[in-house]
Amino acid sequence: MYNYVEDGDSKTSAYMEQDQEKYEAFMTRIEAGEKIEADDWMPADYRQALIKLISMHGISEIMGALPEKEWVPKAPTLKRKLGIMAKVQDEMGHGQLLLRVAEDLMKPYGKTREDLMEDLLNGDLKFHNVFHMPTKTWADAGMVGWLVDGAAIISQTNMLDASYGPYQRALQRICQEEVFHAQHGESIIMALAEGNDYQREILQESLNRWWPALLMFFGPSSAETTGSSKQDIMINYKIRKSTNEELRQAFLSKYLPRVFSLGLTVPDETVRYDEKEEKWIYKQPDWEEFKQIIRNKGPRSKERLRVREIAYENNRWVRQALATDPVSV
Amino acid sequence: MSKIVETAEIARQDPSYYQALRELLFQLADDDFIISFRGSEWLGLAPHIEEDVAYSSITQNTMGHAVMYYNLLEELGEGDANFLAHDRGASDRRNGAYLEKRNGEGKYLEEPYFDWALAVVRNYFYESFKKVKLEAISTSSYKPLANVAKKVLMEHPYHFAHWKLWIKQLQTSSEEAKKRIQNRIEEAWEEFLDVLELGNYGNEMVQHQLIAIDEETIKGNWLEEVKTVLVAMPEGPLGKKYGSGRNGEHTSDLDQALGTLAEVFQSDKTAIW
Ligand SMILES: [Fe+2]
Ligand SMILES: [Fe+2]
Repeated sequence: MYNYVEDGDSKTSAYMEQDQEKYEAFMTRIEAGEKIEADDWMPADYRQALIKLISMHGISEIMGALPEKEWVPKAPTLKRKLGIMAKVQDEMGHGQLLLRVAEDLMKPYGKTREDLMEDLLNGDLKFHNVFHMPTKTWADAGMVGWLVDGAAIISQTNMLDASYGPYQRALQRICQEEVFHAQHGESIIMALAEGNDYQREILQESLNRWWPALLMFFGPSSAETTGSSKQDIMINYKIRKSTNEELRQAFLSKYLPRVFSLGLTVPDETVRYDEKEEKWIYKQPDWEEFKQIIRNKGPRSKERLRVREIAYENNRWVRQALATDPVSV
Repeated sequence: MSKIVETAEIARQDPSYYQALRELLFQLADDDFIISFRGSEWLGLAPHIEEDVAYSSITQNTMGHAVMYYNLLEELGEGDANFLAHDRGASDRRNGAYLEKRNGEGKYLEEPYFDWALAVVRNYFYESFKKVKLEAISTSSYKPLANVAKKVLMEHPYHFAHWKLWIKQLQTSSEEAKKRIQNRIEEAWEEFLDVLELGNYGNEMVQHQLIAIDEETIKGNWLEEVKTVLVAMPEGPLGKKYGSGRNGEHTSDLDQALGTLAEVFQSDKTAIW
């Protein structure tokens, strides 16, 4: 899934393009709405921004399966078991699709998927802040589908017209599936909201816990907050259209009325819609904490990476066996 | 002469028929349910991402099959399908005991040192058995069951081919892989037998034409299949080290599974989830 995460410590200096002519032709193409393909010429900072965006998106899909995975075997009814299995399978599928797109972009640098996995494990490749958070109750399974996937839909539909063709096409399919995920999540939430006291209690408790992470989801509104911002380059190169803050506002406009209509609250007494300014006023989440989280210092960062690491190490013999001698069947 | 029982209502009129049908349905439902549970624990831990996608798809389909059987039991009057899946104790379960075995060391959320060799051998053995059993009930005298079997058989070839390819590949690749697979095969040989059996009501199942073949034939047909794939067949006879799951004999691994899969359900049985 998910929105571009900025950590504030990896400033790539805007690369001065040698070949001005190629660069201008490239800009003319994307401004005319043409799509760039994997083998086309592209500026180095465009390629690097895409690699970072897409590998982070892909790996977040995969790491995003882990918090939900906790609830797959535990889903409380047969219908819920089938629903959450289908959803998490989709997420793994998104990861697969996106890593392939990233792999093509990395070819000129001689990097592969193995490198991405190693980057993830050694902390060079970040995954999205929401997936560093713990899940405590079944309500979290609903909250992830409803609001995390809901936030993902907002940020991904913003890139449905992205200038890079392979990513743009992958997003069409991903966004279609995300709509089902949000419905799946909403259905879990509705059952809890209409349920007994205990169910409503775990629902509200879950929303309280997820709220700051959901605000952080879209990233800081400007470079000042965390020290750097890639949103400008993403917009200039027509990868996405809106700023972080615009996306967050769209999220609040879509979901806060629904939250309130279910009789739920958010842990922010100051939150309100300002008619004059035409925007939501809300308490900023702790951006210092955000920086820590995406540096793998979040509440569950270590455990989730550990699971990934075990899977990677523990299956090494299988990957080696597959590389040995493929049998003809 | 072949008899056809069209509805649950007619099935209930003959106590002997009903009893055998009920047992058979619980075997089918519980087998798919527990192996799907073990599959769901693997999620995110498979050797590569493509496999994670494929395995979770199979796991999900398999859960879908279990649901169809639990629904047939609900129609028969055995109670709500969700309760049948989540609220029966170990001794009421009818799955083969080998199918409940843990995936390896560790837990699915903590230090999951799961063994892919076990996953491959177990799923290949299970899917090849499932094919034999499904074909034998696709002509079942109980029409609703025959219909479900035909549906499941349509999805089955993909699952079966998937695991067959895995075992073939690993049996003929690195020395380490060969050894790991062979060890799991030898182990399964001592544990798999009750999966192939029909339990205490097996004779009645055959007499009532609920299933077309008896357990000896199931075993024989299954052996025919695995002989074509296993590079080295284990020498001894098949065993059922943990007793007969078909008659409610199970291991503590099943208790662990039930504790996990019913955790939320059990937290409030009256709630609507
Ligand atoms: Fe996704
Ligand atoms: Fe999703």
